Amino acid sequence: MTLQQRLRRALPWLLLAAALAFPWIAGALDQSFYIGVVRRILIFAIAAASLNFILGYGGMVSLGHAAFFGVGAYTVGALAMEGIGSAWIAWPAAIAVATLAAVVIGAVSLRTRGVYFIMITLAFAQMVYHVAVGLKRYGGEDGLSLTARSGIGIGIDLGNDVAFYYVVLALLVAVLAAFDRMLDARFGRALIGIRENEARMESLGFPTFRFRLAAFAIAGAVAGLAGALFANHNLFVSPAVLHWTQSATFVVMVILGGIGYRYGGVLGALVLLLLEEILAAYTEHWHLPLGVLLLAVVFLAPRGLSGWLDERGAR
Amino acid sequence: MTSTLVFEQLLNGLQFGLMLFLIAAGLTLVFGIMDVLNLAHGSLYMVGAYLAATLVAATGSFLAGVVLAVLATGIIGILLEVLLVRRLYKRDHLSQVLATFAVILIADDLVRIIWGPAPIMLAAPAALAGPVELLPGFFYPAYRLLIIAVGLALAIGLYLLVARTRTGMLVRAGSSDREMAAIMGVRVDRLFAVIFVLGAMLAAVAGALLGPLLAVEVGMGENVLILALVVIVIGGIGSIRGAFVGAVLVGVVDTAGRAFLPGLLGTFLNTAAAAQLGPALAAIAIYVVMAAVLFFRPQGLFPARA
Repeated sequence: MTLQQRLRRALPWLLLAAALAFPWIAGALDQSFYIGVVRRILIFAIAAASLNFILGYGGMVSLGHAAFFGVGAYTVGALAMEGIGSAWIAWPAAIAVATLAAVVIGAVSLRTRGVYFIMITLAFAQMVYHVAVGLKRYGGEDGLSLTARSGIGIGIDLGNDVAFYYVVLALLVAVLAAFDRMLDARFGRALIGIRENEARMESLGFPTFRFRLAAFAIAGAVAGLAGALFANHNLFVSPAVLHWTQSATFVVMVILGGIGYRYGGVLGALVLLLLEEILAAYTEHWHLPLGVLLLAVVFLAPRGLSGWLDERGAR
Repeated sequence: MTSTLVFEQLLNGLQFGLMLFLIAAGLTLVFGIMDVLNLAHGSLYMVGAYLAATLVAATGSFLAGVVLAVLATGIIGILLEVLLVRRLYKRDHLSQVLATFAVILIADDLVRIIWGPAPIMLAAPAALAGPVELLPGFFYPAYRLLIIAVGLALAIGLYLLVARTRTGMLVRAGSSDREMAAIMGVRVDRLFAVIFVLGAMLAAVAGALLGPLLAVEVGMGENVLILALVVIVIGGIGSIRGAFVGAVLVGVVDTAGRAFLPGLLGTFLNTAAAAQLGPALAAIAIYVVMAAVLFFRPQGLFPARA
């Protein structure tokens, strides 16, 4: 094993160590503001990881993933407005509603293939978007504000920025471990098999539609969890979290990080949001250089950053 | 609800549908022939509207300004095709999504740098500002009539181009089976460049003509792109006829839904509930139509690949 391969294998652990130490370092340097920045990245990493699960391993190019993210966020926001602020109720509710949405949308969408699948997931996400705009009780187009973060009890106060950071980090690690476990298990192997050759898997006796729907629902559930966290992070929910450009951003994160690489979604979310943050510090017009960088990735690293790292490691 | 109101809304729907057709035509041909998913098509529409606003003000003539804006957008289309889209033919859809999404980011920021972040004005020609009496007692804005006329003329022209000319024959051949067309000696790449530029110019026409009715602002391309995608999926990707039917269907359903659904719901719900539900349902209507079409006819209404 070359040094580079060793480094590549150690990278997730190094990143985890960095993430664990970050609030302490930021606090010591008197830069606590950045704890919120990194927490936002971790939340989007959860959502991007869930999309990578179905896109990378299931071959399902969903351009409607923001629907589940947004539904999770809205569930937390709406429950908070109705006076239910406990994380033990609101977060599972967000996951449940997002799962239900994913089962319904998936049951219809998974009958189509290719570009038509991209478009029908987009159509459903647009429906959810317009429902949110129409919900006058929950702010309609203007969105709704939350007065406080969800309550957890057991001595953890999410109002504390550092405590909330570690809760998010713990959930991200748990989600990644669960996806890792699933991909190594029969379920994940079958999913990859279906991506490669569905007819063959079907003739081997696998209920391919049910496998794909289950994966779609799991990804929706995890995106719903990310949405619930995001509502807490922002203390504000608006239809913007459901806009199609948000779905496109999730897809961009996964392509950027590397489709179907273990931590492709996480890497993509990290790099994209860090770039946004850094560029925005220098110029108001940060979309322009970001676009140029994405174009560079398309032509210089066709398999995303993970693929690019792999090739360099193999040399 | 009077019949003149219904008639007026139908005309509005037709007008909006024809503009959608101009945008969707380029998108569906590019997609159908070269299998390139071009998210940046909406940006060409936006650039057309901005250029028209500037050039109409500079020349003092609506016609001259719009024509110049369409030609200028065509040149931008050539640059985009040669510099970027040409290199994306052989790539998968996801690379195309990433690359053309990057173009959206770049185009939006360039527009912000050149024209500023605030929406800008594009005035309809003064001669067409008033209404016209179409039927005794039925008045309709002259400018909207002009849009319908231009849209119909371009749609007929495009239909004749595709159905009656040699170029059109090659386009149809490329749509139905690109590889076979290439083997039979069609210069598919050159054909594609022509189609791409034509599509860019049609999108610019739509942007310039809709400018006086809608706001000319950053982000206008993203919203219209989704509608155009809905149109081409309903019609069947690669089919001009499908794009026309899909566009008019989406235009009429969307316009009529917004105008009539709240009132219609009010007849069997209380008014407060209807006022809330109506607009949301109207906005959703076209997506329901698309999901239903895909469910029953997964290839769209007029599949280009038989």
